[in-house]
Amino acid sequence: MLNRMIEVEGLIKKYGKFTAVDGVSFDVKRSEIFGLIGPNGAGKTTTLRVLSTLLRITGGKVSIAGINLEKKPEDIRKIISYLPEDAGAYKNLTGREYLEFMAKFFDGGRKTRRIVKKGIEIADLDERIDDKVDTYSKGMKRRLLVGRALMIEPKLAILDEPTSGLDVINAREVRQIIKGYAKDGTTILLSSHNMLEVEFLCDRISLIAEGKIVESGRPDQLKERYGAENIEEVFTKVVK
Amino acid sequence: MSLMNITKKEIKELLTASTIVPIVVIALLFASMGNIMGGFMEEAEEKPKIGVISEDSGKFAGMAMYVLEENAEIIYNGTDIQDGIAHATENGGAAVLNIPANFSYNIENNITGTINVVWIMRGVGMMDSVSSGVVEGLIQSINNYISQDLIVEKTGMDPYHIQNPTVKEETIMFKDKEMEGISPSVLGGMLASQSIMLPIVTMMLIMMAGGAIISSMGMEKEDKTLETLLTLPIKRSTIVTGKLIGAASVGLFMAVIYMLGYGYYMQSLQTAELNLADYGLGLGFIDYVLVGISLFLALIAGLSLSLLLGTFAKNYKSAQTLLFPVTALAIIPMFVFMFTDVGNLPLLFRGVMYAIPFSHPIIAMRSLMFGDYTIVIGGILYSAIFSIVMVAVVVWIFNSDRLITGRIGKKEGVLDKLSR
Repeated sequence: MLNRMIEVEGLIKKYGKFTAVDGVSFDVKRSEIFGLIGPNGAGKTTTLRVLSTLLRITGGKVSIAGINLEKKPEDIRKIISYLPEDAGAYKNLTGREYLEFMAKFFDGGRKTRRIVKKGIEIADLDERIDDKVDTYSKGMKRRLLVGRALMIEPKLAILDEPTSGLDVINAREVRQIIKGYAKDGTTILLSSHNMLEVEFLCDRISLIAEGKIVESGRPDQLKERYGAENIEEVFTKVVK
Repeated sequence: MSLMNITKKEIKELLTASTIVPIVVIALLFASMGNIMGGFMEEAEEKPKIGVISEDSGKFAGMAMYVLEENAEIIYNGTDIQDGIAHATENGGAAVLNIPANFSYNIENNITGTINVVWIMRGVGMMDSVSSGVVEGLIQSINNYISQDLIVEKTGMDPYHIQNPTVKEETIMFKDKEMEGISPSVLGGMLASQSIMLPIVTMMLIMMAGGAIISSMGMEKEDKTLETLLTLPIKRSTIVTGKLIGAASVGLFMAVIYMLGYGYYMQSLQTAELNLADYGLGLGFIDYVLVGISLFLALIAGLSLSLLLGTFAKNYKSAQTLLFPVTALAIIPMFVFMFTDVGNLPLLFRGVMYAIPFSHPIIAMRSLMFGDYTIVIGGILYSAIFSIVMVAVVVWIFNSDRLITGRIGKKEGVLDKLSR
């Protein structure tokens, strides 16, 4: 029980009559990198948004670090960090000002300056960190946002397409950083369309389609189960 | 700490060169207009430049010349009309007046004397006729001067008594107040000129601050920053409060810049200072505090309403469209109260005016002049309740899925359609 960071039991999320997530159950261990993969509209982002306290659940039960999500969303926000897929940053602030703004909400005894320093390291934007966000390329913004999400060393990082918009080199670096954080004790829940990324990063994955989890396991287990050479093949076989 | 952090971010995001420059330009335009208007006012008070061709050496022509010499700058005094016109045109003259040879003879023989006026017109604008109005006044002065002389000569009576056989002593009864020695038109003019600034300040505050907060919501949606903001460890009510304070500060700053320019413009139009206190209509310290509270609550009501509408914005552009209802609600009371008092409106419209929270600072200003505190306190309470309800609804929306999913219920509403 104590070893589990996330416990999801029969999660249902409806938008009016449409059911986006239909009875999803899974759990994620502490320091684990867990991947949710599935086709577009499968319910991945909705699940991540529910776990990030952005959406209220229609049915089921969710707890993070033993905290009931429905009852104490404010407590959950203190230990998580969410990186949305198409997130942006305040364009009239500089990269440094943006990180400082975010760090101040998590300054629970630690110095804001230390958190910001960590964010700047991850963002790796050199002197451009003092330029306005409005002047950044898509890739630079994404690195800044990854820095923002990880600099606070959250207990749980919920990353929706973390390397979206990054070139090969930057994407590799970000993946290494994510791995490093998991080693240091951060639990990672991520969603990605990049199957190579999922295979490289995730300890366990769940395949989600039409709002339901259709398969779960370690990447090597799934490859063996479906006689596939890679996760992309597993994905294709399961979803079709 | 979190509140200050959010507020600072809001101010940094909203107070940029692109938002300040247009306001500064408008304020400078007003100030320039004030300079121009002030110039025209000075021109109206200056002696007009005229040319005079007097072909008569009689008594009444002499009297006319006396009036003209006393009240105008005569830039040509000769006998040739064409030469006079050319001289007046070159030297900024307003007109050339010709007193014909039979002027005095005609008046002495009960025939109206004629003064021929050739106007030198320099433009068709409203202000281009200022100097001609002054010359008209000169001719009226000549008439009065000559008629007074004729009255004394023909009747031996006091010319003032003949010209003004009656005099009025007036008293206004208004809202249990008795004001002596003033007419309704003069009182109305005084009240309008004294209280015109408050409706305009109210409107500008609501529009500037409302625009700032709606833009803030539109930018959060357009720049995709809202999702991250809502997952931070701060209460949603803190986010709402931070946005309100940030937008109020920016709106206030912009309104002050605007009003500096506008105030300069209005100052240039004022010709005489009239003191309302002389008629028992002055405001005391408590009255000003009540007007301040009323204005502050109108601002909060406007901001919370704007923030509510801002939650429906899909992006910055749609946010500007959603500002329209707030702008309309701010402009309507300003125009209505420029023309009449709330008490003179039909019952239905009176109810509508009372329902608009932005009406209350204007109503308060006028009501306090007449010692009517009930309506002022009532307005303050109403605006406070309106603001509390609006803020509560906004916090509820911030706590719901609305901001992320874009809808509260199953059916799409009018605002949803407008915001696209």
